[in-house]
Order: sequence, then C-alpha cells, then structure tokens
Amino acid sequence: MTNVLINAPKTAKPGEIVEIKALILHPMETGFRPGTNGRIIPRNIIERFTATWNGAEIFRMEMSPAIAANPFVSFFAVATESGTIGLRWTGDQGFLAEEHVAITVG
Amino acid sequence: MHSPLDRRAFLAGAALLSVLPLASAHATPEAMAGAIKAVVGAGTIREGRVKLDLPPLVENGNVVPLTVSVESPMTPADHVKAIHVFNEKNPQPHVFSARLGPRNGKAVIATRIKLADSQKIVAIAETSSGEFWSASADVIVTLAACVEDVT
Repeated sequence: MTNVLINAPKTAKPGEIVEIKALILHPMETGFRPGTNGRIIPRNIIERFTATWNGAEIFRMEMSPAIAANPFVSFFAVATESGTIGLRWTGDQGFLAEEHVAITVG
Repeated sequence: MHSPLDRRAFLAGAALLSVLPLASAHATPEAMAGAIKAVVGAGTIREGRVKLDLPPLVENGNVVPLTVSVESPMTPADHVKAIHVFNEKNPQPHVFSARLGPRNGKAVIATRIKLADSQKIVAIAETSSGEFWSASADVIVTLAACVEDVT
C-alpha cells in the first residue's frame, strides 16, 4: 500500500559490507506549520525505522520532525548469511510499513 | 474614557503576545546544549573521529543531504553504538538518533534533513567503550524549510 523504494544487493560474498538504501513516501508533517485555515497542521511523522537481518535487529533510527519528507536512510551491514532483510517504519497516527528483500550470500 | 496607562498596558501586552510565539518557535544553542547533555550525561565529548558531510551552502532547506561517518573497526569489542545529530535553530534541537553495532561493518549513515535557518549542525558518536566523539558543520540556508503550508 505504501510506496517504498529499497536498494540492496541481491547477492554478496560472505563477510562483505553491503549498503542498504531505503526511501519511503511520507509527508513528515512537523506539527509546527499553520495550514491554509491558520490552524497548526497536526504532527504526522515516522518516528522509528528498524532493519533486521533474518529477524535479528541490525540497525535502528529514531527520527525527529527535522527529517525531510519522504525519509531516505542509507546504512551498511555485514553479509553474514543468506536470508531476508526486513525494513520497518512506524510513526504517528498508527503508521506502519514493512518491506522485505531477499539476499543470497555465498 | 480610558486612561493613557490602560492603553500603554494594553500595547505592552499585545507586543509581548506577538513576540512570544516567535521566541518559542525556534530551538536555541542552549536548547541544543541541553539536548546533547541529555544524551551524553556526565561523559565528555571530544572532537574528532567523526566526519559530518553536508553542503556548506544549501539552496533548499527542505531537503538537505547529510552523511555521518565515524572511524571505527566496528568489531564486537570496539564499535560505534549510536550516532546522534542535533541542530541549533529548527523548532526542536534533535534531528535523529541511530543505533548501530558490529553487524553494520562500518559506521556510515546518510539521510536527508530539514533546516529552518542558517545554523550549526552537530553529530555525536557514542562508542561501545563509552566515549563520545563529535563533529560540527556550519550551513548557510538560502531557502528555509517552510514553516507555512504552501499547498
């Protein structure tokens, strides 16, 4: 349902450090801006981004409203074993998005 | 008939009211120092080991690319536990906190942030041995991140 772009290699050598890039479509409304009616637009941001490798957490990021709209995150991971990389975004107003990509190590 | 004092008091009050929201709409260097203190606690911050990459001149404050890299072997014994980024003049001093570990291989993260004004950005890395390393960068923003709805 949500639009997510993930850039991660499909294959890697054991022990290789791979870059994982993720972009998600989200307004990241700060809660500090007045709208056209003069009232403050309620805050609507992604608060947390977590990445797992075969279920084990490898990276986590807590975001503030200062993260730009359509949050982009790039980080690195050591390719240990084949499996799935899980990416999860949670935020205000019950926002939840989850994506998985497969990676073959060998 | 109103006395001149009443009018003066009213004007003073009105002037104060109009100033108050502006004063609270921006974080200050002190607020940033407070936010950093909340993360670092009693630890001491040393300059170095951290590289903060962001353009010195930003045309659009709504989308500012930022990369933080920390020199670290990223082994279970010696790795970067967390990277925190703070700003001086956005409405809130905190930008993001990332948690890392030996599974990351290298302590490099990139993202895109919003900047409401020309200001100083500070990145702080926390190592597994409890040390804090920092880097800062001054950024000039020509078009600030919008504080009003443009749609």
